[in-house]
Amino acid sequence: MSAVTVNAKINGDPVEFVCEPDETLLDVLRNRLGMTGAKEGCSTGDCGACSVTIDGRLTCSCLVLGAEVEGLNIGTIEGMANGEKLHPLQKKFLEHAALQCGVCTPGFLVAAKSLLDHNPKPTETEVRFALAGNLCRCTGYDKIVRAVMDAAAEMRRA
Amino acid sequence: MPLDNTESQTRKFKVIGTRPIRPDGIDKVTGRARFGADAVAPGMLIGRVLRSPHAHARIKSIDYSKAMKLAGVKAVVTKDDFPDKTDGDAALYDVLYNVMAREKALYEGHAVAAVAATSAAIAKQALKLIKVDYEVLPHVTDVDEAMKPNAPVLHSKIFTDGVEPKPKKASNVVRRYEFGHGDVDAGFKRADIVIERHFRTEATHQGYIEPHACLANVGPDGQGELWVCTQGHFMVRDTCARLLGMDITKLRVTASEIGGGFGGKTTVFIEPVALALSRKANRPVKVVMSREEVFKATGPTSSSSIDVKIGCTKDGRIVAGDATLRYQGGAFPGSPVEFGAMTAFAQYDLENVRAVGYDVVANRPKQAAYRAPGAPMANFAVESVIEEMAHKVGMEPIDFRIKNAAREGTHSSYGPVYGPIGLLATLQKAREHPHFRAPLGKNQGRGMACGFWFNFGGQSCVTLNVGVDGTVGLVTGSPDIGGSRASMCLMAAEELGIPYDKVRSVVADTGSLGYNDVTDGSRTTFATGMACILAARDAIKKLCARAAQIWGIPEDAVVWENGHARPAGANAGNFEPMSLKEIAAQAPSTGGPIAGHHEYSADGAGVSFATHICDSEVDPETGFTKILRYTVLQDAGKAIHPSYVEGQFQGGAVQGIGWALNEEYIYGKDGRLQNAGFLDYRIPVCSDLPMIDTVILEIPNPGHPYGVRGVGETSIVPPLAAVANSVSAAVGVRMTETPISPPKLLKALESLGGMKKAAE
Repeated sequence: MSAVTVNAKINGDPVEFVCEPDETLLDVLRNRLGMTGAKEGCSTGDCGACSVTIDGRLTCSCLVLGAEVEGLNIGTIEGMANGEKLHPLQKKFLEHAALQCGVCTPGFLVAAKSLLDHNPKPTETEVRFALAGNLCRCTGYDKIVRAVMDAAAEMRRA
Repeated sequence: MPLDNTESQTRKFKVIGTRPIRPDGIDKVTGRARFGADAVAPGMLIGRVLRSPHAHARIKSIDYSKAMKLAGVKAVVTKDDFPDKTDGDAALYDVLYNVMAREKALYEGHAVAAVAATSAAIAKQALKLIKVDYEVLPHVTDVDEAMKPNAPVLHSKIFTDGVEPKPKKASNVVRRYEFGHGDVDAGFKRADIVIERHFRTEATHQGYIEPHACLANVGPDGQGELWVCTQGHFMVRDTCARLLGMDITKLRVTASEIGGGFGGKTTVFIEPVALALSRKANRPVKVVMSREEVFKATGPTSSSSIDVKIGCTKDGRIVAGDATLRYQGGAFPGSPVEFGAMTAFAQYDLENVRAVGYDVVANRPKQAAYRAPGAPMANFAVESVIEEMAHKVGMEPIDFRIKNAAREGTHSSYGPVYGPIGLLATLQKAREHPHFRAPLGKNQGRGMACGFWFNFGGQSCVTLNVGVDGTVGLVTGSPDIGGSRASMCLMAAEELGIPYDKVRSVVADTGSLGYNDVTDGSRTTFATGMACILAARDAIKKLCARAAQIWGIPEDAVVWENGHARPAGANAGNFEPMSLKEIAAQAPSTGGPIAGHHEYSADGAGVSFATHICDSEVDPETGFTKILRYTVLQDAGKAIHPSYVEGQFQGGAVQGIGWALNEEYIYGKDGRLQNAGFLDYRIPVCSDLPMIDTVILEIPNPGHPYGVRGVGETSIVPPLAAVANSVSAAVGVRMTETPISPPKLLKALESLGGMKKAAE
């Protein structure tokens, strides 16, 4: 197998990387690009800790090969805040204490943002199903759901 | 230092009980927080572990010569690289044996060798080139089977302790424990109603989302560093140093941010292996477990088999309680059955009580602590019988519990006499809670349970540094799993009388601070928190001394109030009070840096009780149980940061719900784990659950200046029974085995239907 050169965008910025054909996007992000915000919790697409968006679509980066993202735009947790201004979801996660250990938090934030991008006024049930692909073992999800609902409300007011 | 025990009831707090944003918050929501697997080092190698495919096998030989010849492979280690340096410490020898198999592999997933190579791909390839010659042995994974006289025996050195006469034949039964008081047999003779039932719980995993990870860097001079996700980096340092024959202080361990632990990161697995590989290769080595390895080779909790017998009079007074508990703790001694036996009846005021526990080994991964280790299974059994008994007596289960509840002065089932405790308060609050009166529909039921956990104190060491600008750096050695840095800052700010945001808390490495026990036993907010308070008081003394020096008055003529030194007594009013910031600014010219310290082993952890209420709905077609509503009422002593207290209540409850309904280790006949992944080992997801309501009660712990009790563990104790009792109420079948999975429940419903038909 010979390495592949890939040109893509990450959080809007152009990036060029070289990876093995069997290397996951998650490994590329973490090991080649130093973007360790996406976490590996399972490598089988069950936990959502590695969530990113690819051209706006929520994806587990452990289930995508680095070689597949040529020409595509990857959205990661590192691109969520605008400079020193946190995204409302980030702010509400902190205010609601919606994280304990915080290892699942980047994935939850990416998934929640993806939900709100598509559905600005989700019901509690919609939030719960939209986040069902992200595992959190600490919080019991209560405060996460509240934070997402609250962030959605704030974004609608803005 | 004696504590003012009345203070917690009279003191008006300024910042304690508020809900500020945690100091590590921004890092955690932006992806900047560095967890175990996020570290890199120049020249770093990747380590991988070869694991036994067999549940029980003699290792006849290991040949890794081919692996060493593979380009990029820099080191291979086996048991030969871990000579026994445990010096007769049997528990440490078990850790050594668990870290790297010796004469036998004792479970599927047991480490047998490890490789360090220049890439993960090469390391993986190298594992395939290691030839292990196994002699496969008969295995046993079930606790009751493991106790049988003809069971395959794991260790030739285990002769059951705690029985007379001591057996001459080796077995899998490590030890018998017994707790209780009174005369149980006499008690049962007085009983009008006796219920006796058998229960089983399956093993569950802590299920932290972050797999174990570490980065080791050891030089040939015997000095080294280790970066690791752990609940206790001082424990990691001491254990690894002892196993590898290193000087303790020459190994500096830094705790990364930790992605969950729940007890599972209170021991070592890959850390000594990474250090041994690094030492051999003389390069940094990073080892990260896969999720499959986490399931197969780190500690789940015990599975259990329990008999409970309770007798009561017809007016609802329990006259005797008796339980026999059997826990398998995996391949090594140390299942938490002792805690199971101690806690089984701890929530009741009983004249006659006995709990017998058997610690059993089986061909499964060595169990590790899991949140209130040993208690949830015992509680499931006892609280199921209590609920059934209440119905039989004709009392509301809550009234039956109130009538028999432990209270201040109760001689507990495990020995001590209780001081002020909050069980009755949680029960009374539960009865007033709207949840208790909410209507239920068809196929819906309500259940409840009460639970207990001891909580722990232990060793903590804290330094509090006053910055020249008047801000405060708080240095602790307790890894922060759930927001404890915020609580530490709150307590220091409260004592010093300065705003929360003027205190910054860090978790220091082992080279920077004295020994701190593992973050376990719900001890951190209690014990390390109290050390923060006492370190702040130490700093206050020094701040007052500096003010006295500046004013030219005696030190004892200065008091500390509202963040200011103020002259008192004869000098009162002679000088303007000086703020912490003003004193700090003059530190360089008044004697140099100002710092407070406290180091101790904390006693006086207050026990904690909880009452949980659960509503569920069972689909009779599928056997699927949906949790409709769930309320946790728990005594926190004093909630330092209420949001994170609620978070502990909610998280523990949901882990318990998973244990009750879904989670289990499933073994095949071959002794191999069949569901080592999050798809088949299903922990609760967001759409499975309702909001988890919480009620924080504050019955001060006399052993802490603010009244704090540990809160982290009690919340996982009652859910198994609360869920089972609600399911039982919904469908009229008493479920005595967890998980109450759809196939199991459906089978029970079918047999109930059959029984009903036969009766017609």
